[in-house]
Amino acid sequence: FNRPAVLSKSKKTLSKPGVRNVVLVEGVRTPFLQAGTTYADLMAHDLARGALQGLLNRTAFPKEAVDYIVYGTVIQEVKTSNVAREAALGAGFSDKTPAHTVTMACISSNQAMTTAVGLVASGQCDAVVAGGVEFMSDVPIRHSRKMRKMMLSLNRARTLGARLSLLGSLRLSHLVPELPAVSEFSTAEMMGHSADRLAAAFGISRLDQDEFALRSHVLAKKAQDEGLLTDIVDFKVPGKDIVSKDNGIRPSTMEQMSKLKPAFIKPHGTVTAANSSYLTDGASAVLIMSEEKALAMGYKPKAYLSPTYAIPKVLERSGLTLADIDAFEFHEAFAGQVLANLTAMESDWFAQNCMGRKAKVGAPPMEKFNLWGGSLSLGHPFAATGCRLVTMVAHRLKKEGGQYGLVAACAAGGQGHAMLVEACPQ
Amino acid sequence: RCVSRTHVNYEVKDNVAVIRINDPTSKVNTLTRQLQDDMMEVLNEVWGNSAVKSAVIISTKPGCFIAGANIDMIKVCKSAEEVSKLSKEGQMMFEKIEKSPIPFVAAVNGTCMGGGLEFAIACHYRVATKSKKTVMALPEVMLGLLPGAGGTQRMPKMLGLPTAFDVMLTGRSIRADKAKKMGLVHHVIDPLGPGVKDPEERLIEYLEEVAVGVAKGLAKKTVTVEKKKGLMQKVQDAVLGIPLVRNQVYKTVTQKVMKQTKGLYPAPLSIIEAVQAGVEKGPAEGYHVEAVNFGKLAMTPESRALIGLYQGQVACKKNNFGKPEREVKSLAVLGAGLMGAGIAQVTVDKGVATILKDTTTEGLARGHDQVYKGLNDKAKKKSITTFERDMTLSFLKGQLDYSGFEKVDMVIEAVFEDLSIKHKVLKEVEAVIPPHCIFASNTSALPIREIAAASKRPEKVIGMHYFSPVDKMQLLEIITTDKTSKDTTASAVAVGLKQGKVIIVVGDGPGFYTTRCLAPTLVEGIRILQEGVGPKKLDSLTTGFGFPVGVSTLIDEVGVDVAAHVAEDLGKAFGSRFGGGNVDVLKTMIQKGFKGRKSGKGCYVYSAKKKDKQVNSGTEEILKAFKLTAPPAVSGDEDVQYRLVSRFVNEAALCLQEGILADPVQGDIGAVFGLGFPPCLGGPFRFLDSFGADKLVQKMKRYEDAYGNQFTPCQLLLDYAKDPSKKFHK
Repeated sequence: FNRPAVLSKSKKTLSKPGVRNVVLVEGVRTPFLQAGTTYADLMAHDLARGALQGLLNRTAFPKEAVDYIVYGTVIQEVKTSNVAREAALGAGFSDKTPAHTVTMACISSNQAMTTAVGLVASGQCDAVVAGGVEFMSDVPIRHSRKMRKMMLSLNRARTLGARLSLLGSLRLSHLVPELPAVSEFSTAEMMGHSADRLAAAFGISRLDQDEFALRSHVLAKKAQDEGLLTDIVDFKVPGKDIVSKDNGIRPSTMEQMSKLKPAFIKPHGTVTAANSSYLTDGASAVLIMSEEKALAMGYKPKAYLSPTYAIPKVLERSGLTLADIDAFEFHEAFAGQVLANLTAMESDWFAQNCMGRKAKVGAPPMEKFNLWGGSLSLGHPFAATGCRLVTMVAHRLKKEGGQYGLVAACAAGGQGHAMLVEACPQ
Repeated sequence: RCVSRTHVNYEVKDNVAVIRINDPTSKVNTLTRQLQDDMMEVLNEVWGNSAVKSAVIISTKPGCFIAGANIDMIKVCKSAEEVSKLSKEGQMMFEKIEKSPIPFVAAVNGTCMGGGLEFAIACHYRVATKSKKTVMALPEVMLGLLPGAGGTQRMPKMLGLPTAFDVMLTGRSIRADKAKKMGLVHHVIDPLGPGVKDPEERLIEYLEEVAVGVAKGLAKKTVTVEKKKGLMQKVQDAVLGIPLVRNQVYKTVTQKVMKQTKGLYPAPLSIIEAVQAGVEKGPAEGYHVEAVNFGKLAMTPESRALIGLYQGQVACKKNNFGKPEREVKSLAVLGAGLMGAGIAQVTVDKGVATILKDTTTEGLARGHDQVYKGLNDKAKKKSITTFERDMTLSFLKGQLDYSGFEKVDMVIEAVFEDLSIKHKVLKEVEAVIPPHCIFASNTSALPIREIAAASKRPEKVIGMHYFSPVDKMQLLEIITTDKTSKDTTASAVAVGLKQGKVIIVVGDGPGFYTTRCLAPTLVEGIRILQEGVGPKKLDSLTTGFGFPVGVSTLIDEVGVDVAAHVAEDLGKAFGSRFGGGNVDVLKTMIQKGFKGRKSGKGCYVYSAKKKDKQVNSGTEEILKAFKLTAPPAVSGDEDVQYRLVSRFVNEAALCLQEGILADPVQGDIGAVFGLGFPPCLGGPFRFLDSFGADKLVQKMKRYEDAYGNQFTPCQLLLDYAKDPSKKFHK
């Protein structure tokens, strides 16, 4: 893994004179578990608290030195709508440290980190904790609008007669519950359905997708067995065992995978349960600081961070080319989606017609791509994935001796996020 | 042999023959002679190839599977027998496919209508894309024809009698997901976004991949054609298995058709006859009746009229004034009334940023609500999503002042019909708009040159006469003065086309074309009412002639005040030719508050609850006070009808004679789509051709003797009456 890559870089470092360097000091996550397994009886802020405490334990960072906390989440538990604050207080952070929650679908924690980087770069903060949590074992299921309307009116009704007449209007249809939206509001399309169409648009075959998914699981298993997934902190579930491993990594065989029926577009679709990421519970957290403060406090920062949206932009802004990147960590929502993205990056037509560029961006080489598994195998707790990606790329740079890493992720609503990560001097 | 094949080709992929259609000579595929010959040749080769186990029929033309039979092929036929022969050829080709030893899959993307749909339903399995362009229909009835290539025979088997009748008698368009629900297609696929090539090109490839998969499955028998029937379907099938019930269905459908068409349209009855023959007497008789009826229908004046309208409509959906120098990207509408808000709605609907300006917040709120309601109704019908509704509405900006007008490309005023008010807003607007901005007036009768007289730049002033309700009525009448520049006209037409309108461009003058034809007809209607024919009788006489809306109802819909205004204004402009009824009847009605539907009372009394409207006794009293004696020689039912029609037609002919109209096609389109002239007659000029100008002139002379010069035929009519070989339409 020790390539002499550093020598051939088009740029020595990303740091600019006069601009504060922003560093990743540490990143941790709870084990990612399939929804409905060991975490089933918890709540989102429990997992978030676990990640935050884990971060503090691992860094021994003084709680009061944290200036700000930003946390991402997608499906909100209505009881803890600012889950950042609930988890922070529960984890023993100072009640004087403000905390806010962001949501941006699968790139929520990417956005949390971006906010953190901005706060540090602008000099408003020296140390910010960012993270994300997703808890799919329990989702808020609401009463129907009709029922809610009636219940709210019932609250306001003064007399028994008024209440009875309201109750008299109760119909069976009032009792039909409302599930959280499985499809996007603006397009009324489910993610999996969209991924299948995306794969079809780029001509990505079922075989390609299954192979990619298998690769993800095999690499993840290898990384797990070799003990490379060091960002995991143990999580003790009350009344149950201590959880210390992801439980969704399951290398299968091509033959077994080929037997599955398409999950969304039937019968001719190509996206199946095996080549999609699964519903996952999990939380992650990172400590982001200014380099000078981190060094002054005696920390050894792992990486420099420089986020923006979308890969070509981030590369052009930093004056790098794809060849400069040593480690790629892309979010794998669906095998079809990753492969479609890679195909798009290799396509001049796409670059010219859909991106307003003269020529293609170029796709990353597979030998540098998601080498420790990805969301398909490790799991994908929506709002926790971003921090997992960044921490993992920092760890990979260290392990592989690379200098630059690139993180990219897609999100519902047609949004994307990319971040350049540069290894700090060892 | 491949060299001569230009429209159809095929390739064999994994034992599946992929037959691809593309007519290189046209934007759409139609069932032309060449296409049919190519297809037969390919089919024979495919059937002769033992390696082929199944086949896919697909079009590689974007947005079009097969749009239907080629109308010109039917138009050139001289006899019913010739047309029947065409029908039989189509029937035979499709029957061969239906009885083919190997299964056929129709892969449909884009328009699949008429003969195209008959082709698709002859195949054993149908896959369709859910692209917005994928529309299935049997619209033959709208052309006065019937589905003549087996459609009347296959549809009932496929959809059941009631649905089949509905599809064939209305000719309505069916989108892919609805077609799936109805059982018209087996499988649908979603359209794709951009990939590494043009999305539609890739979609057609993808459709082919899926269809080939199905075809392989059919050959291996892993895919079955049979659909599982729901309980309702089973019950319906069982009930319709009883001959007595079927007879009742035919009877009910016939009654319904007669009620709606007043027996003026032969095609629906012919369709029922062909279906009945097939279901009751077997396929041989069914196919025979279908072909014979198809031939007969093609020779009817109704079919010629409807085909003329269809082709005229296509002609009026083109911009003959060239590409405008700059595209109208933002538009302002003055006045948020019924018309103004309607214009704003059809504009934002196409994604054009629109300012809606009014003088009061109440007016603005009402207009905004109208646009919202129009869009929300579409969302309720699921033709758009609520998200699309909101996004469309975001193009609308309501305001009370002229801010932002310095950036608009076109202003359409829809303020009160009063010349001095129009002058006032024109001056206000010209003070704020950029030099290139066009000023259009939505007026129904005020001459544009009089409005433009107040303008500093009359070359940028034009008339755009919309019809109410704007979102439903298809016509837009554009009025140019001798000063209007060609680019201004091109721009107005481009905007109208974007709004989805059928457009006629006419010369300037009081009432332009449409209002000018309407006014004498309404005045004659009042005369007839004064003569003691009640509003209901007048309505039934006019609808019985083919007008979709009776004259009394029309007065109420237009508004009694508007009708009075127009009758008086045009009466002043044109003199005694616009006489007949007494405008004071309308004025007295207005005094009593009978302003038509909008005020709840007019010729009729309107209430939200009752469907059956009652004649307004107040109006009956007024009519008694203005009673005139009917000259018995010209007051029979038929004469009443022809008095109305002849005044309409004579005025239309005068418009052509004076050059207000550029050609008879626009005259016909304007009359039918703007004023509801009977579609079965095809418009005033088509009517003159089929009825005979001489016959109409004879009638008019009789009316002239009884009433005076309002019935004097114009010179053009006299010319055409003298020489029966002269026709308005070739």
